[in-house]
Amino acid sequence: MKQERGILLATFIGGLVFGVGLAVSEMTHPEVVLDFLQLDDLGLLLVMGGGAVVAAIGFHIATRSGKTAPLTGKKYGLRKRDLDKDVIVGGVIFGIGWGISGICPGAAFASLGIGNYVIIWAIIGMIFGAHIHGVIKESQRN
Amino acid sequence: MVIIQIADLVVTAFPNGMAHYAIGGIIIGAGVVLIYLTTGHIIGASTGLETTISYYSKLKWFQQEEFISSRNWRTVFTIGIIMGAASYTVVLGIDQWITEVQWWRLLIGGVFVGVGTRLGKGCTSGHGICGLASISPTSLVNVVVFLGIAIIVAHLIELVGVIP
Repeated sequence: MKQERGILLATFIGGLVFGVGLAVSEMTHPEVVLDFLQLDDLGLLLVMGGGAVVAAIGFHIATRSGKTAPLTGKKYGLRKRDLDKDVIVGGVIFGIGWGISGICPGAAFASLGIGNYVIIWAIIGMIFGAHIHGVIKESQRN
Repeated sequence: MVIIQIADLVVTAFPNGMAHYAIGGIIIGAGVVLIYLTTGHIIGASTGLETTISYYSKLKWFQQEEFISSRNWRTVFTIGIIMGAASYTVVLGIDQWITEVQWWRLLIGGVFVGVGTRLGKGCTSGHGICGLASISPTSLVNVVVFLGIAIIVAHLIELVGVIP
C-alpha cells in the first residue's frame, strides 16, 4: 500500500511536469497544431523531437544499466509493440481525427487545464471513440 | 549569403519562434523520464482513455488485467497533466484562453482520435515521444502514417473553407 502511494505520487509529479511542457509549447491550442498541419509553423516537430530526445537519453541509459525501477522493481526496458495491420489502420484513423480537430489525448487534458473548457467536446469524443474500439474488439473475439 | 538564406528559411518555417516549442518539448520529455526512472512505466496518454472506461464498463475488453492493474497510475497521470497546465497558467498569470475551433470539429475529430489511437496502439505521446525514443520501428511507421494523413486532412478542411 505504501509502495502504491509512492508510485502514484511519482506519476502525479511526472504528469504535472508533462502538463507544464504541453502548456509551454502551446500544444494545448488546437490552432497551433492545425497551423503545423497546414505547414504554416513547423514548431510541433521541435516539441515532439525535443521530448523524444530527452526520453531517449533516459530510456537508453536506464535500459543499458540493467537495473530495476526503485518503486516497482520493474526492469527498465524500451517501448515495444508488434507492427501489424492495426498499427497502420489505427494511424490512418488517428491522422484523420487529428487533422479534423488539431487535438490529441495528452494535449486535450492539458488544454482543459489552461481553462479551455470547450475542449471537453474532444475529450467526450475520444472516450466515446475508445469505447467504440473496445466494443468492436469484443465482437471480433466472439 | 548562404547563412542569410538559411536564416530566412528558419523564419519562414517557425514564424512564432522556436524556443518555446523546444523548451516545452524538453519539459515533456523530463516528465516522461521522471515517471520512467522511478517506476519503469512508459506513459502514453491514449491508453489512459481505455483504462478510464475500465472503471465503469463491464465489457470484457475493458476488464483486461493490463488495464485494471495500470488504471490508477494512468488516471493520476491524466490528473497531473490537467493540474500541471493549470498551475502554469495560474502562476504566470496567463489569461484563460478559449479555442475558436468549432465544437463539431473537436467532437468528430475526437471520436476518430479515440478509435485510431487505441487500434494503432498509441498516440503522440506513446508512439510519438516514447516509441521514437525507444527507436521502435512500429512507432516510426505509426507516426509517419498519422502525420502524413493529418497534414492531408487539415489541408482538405482548409480547402473547403472551414476556418477555424
